[in-house]
Amino acid sequence: MTEKKDTQVKKVAIICAKAALEDVYAALVMANGAVMEGMEAKVFFTFFGLDAITKKQMNKLHTTTVGNPGMRMPGGLPFPTLLGTIPGVEAGVSAMMRSQMEKLDIPPVDEFLDMITAGGGEIYACKLAVDMFKLKKEDLSDHVIDIITIGDFYAMAGGEGSQVIFT
Amino acid sequence: MTQKTFAGLNLEVTDEGYLVDPSKWTEEIAKEIAKEENIELTEKHFQVLKYIRENADSGLTIRKIGKSGIVDIKGFYDLFPGGPLKMSTKIAGIKKPASCV
Repeated sequence: MTEKKDTQVKKVAIICAKAALEDVYAALVMANGAVMEGMEAKVFFTFFGLDAITKKQMNKLHTTTVGNPGMRMPGGLPFPTLLGTIPGVEAGVSAMMRSQMEKLDIPPVDEFLDMITAGGGEIYACKLAVDMFKLKKEDLSDHVIDIITIGDFYAMAGGEGSQVIFT
Repeated sequence: MTQKTFAGLNLEVTDEGYLVDPSKWTEEIAKEIAKEENIELTEKHFQVLKYIRENADSGLTIRKIGKSGIVDIKGFYDLFPGGPLKMSTKIAGIKKPASCV
């Protein structure tokens, strides 16, 4: 007979590879939620996810309005994909989304990074993506501890009760 | 629900150790709950606890406490290490907040 034993999650290593508002916030909420619970959290931003830690872009992220079947009009009617292609619609929807989040006390990206790092969470940028987009350390948020390889990140992600999460 | 003795009083607590009736809370009780969490309460802790009790019904978040003017977020984590919101609310004798931020 085997005894069932749950190992508590003690550490999360989160990888964010997309720049859409919803993908970035998924990563940020999970990281912040972890430090709030007293867990260790490390976040690795790569490819388009780098926008979330790039000073110029971080507070201007957009919601996906094209090819997003979960998207609805106010009131719940389906949101026609073609509508999302009209200039300004994506920006408008994104602004609405941000104001809705503010009402729930969900902060803008820069402030969210402040909160995560205040709680001991760590932020990293992917070397490959930084090179590819020709970014420099000074283009990135001051909260970015280092620009590292995925191998370096995995090396930090181990230990009992640790999980790697990809958004 | 279980019973637990704090400061000589027999009190009802939830399975996670939160007081069921916040009106029964005293500073003595706070000190004893804090001791279980290995926290020695200081004047600063009590200022935060006071704010938490006064704003118990307003949907407390770490962000809100960070903007209270009493403590910043880093300071809040330092005061209540290892889960500041759930720990401080437990010590403040209020319900565990259902907050993701």
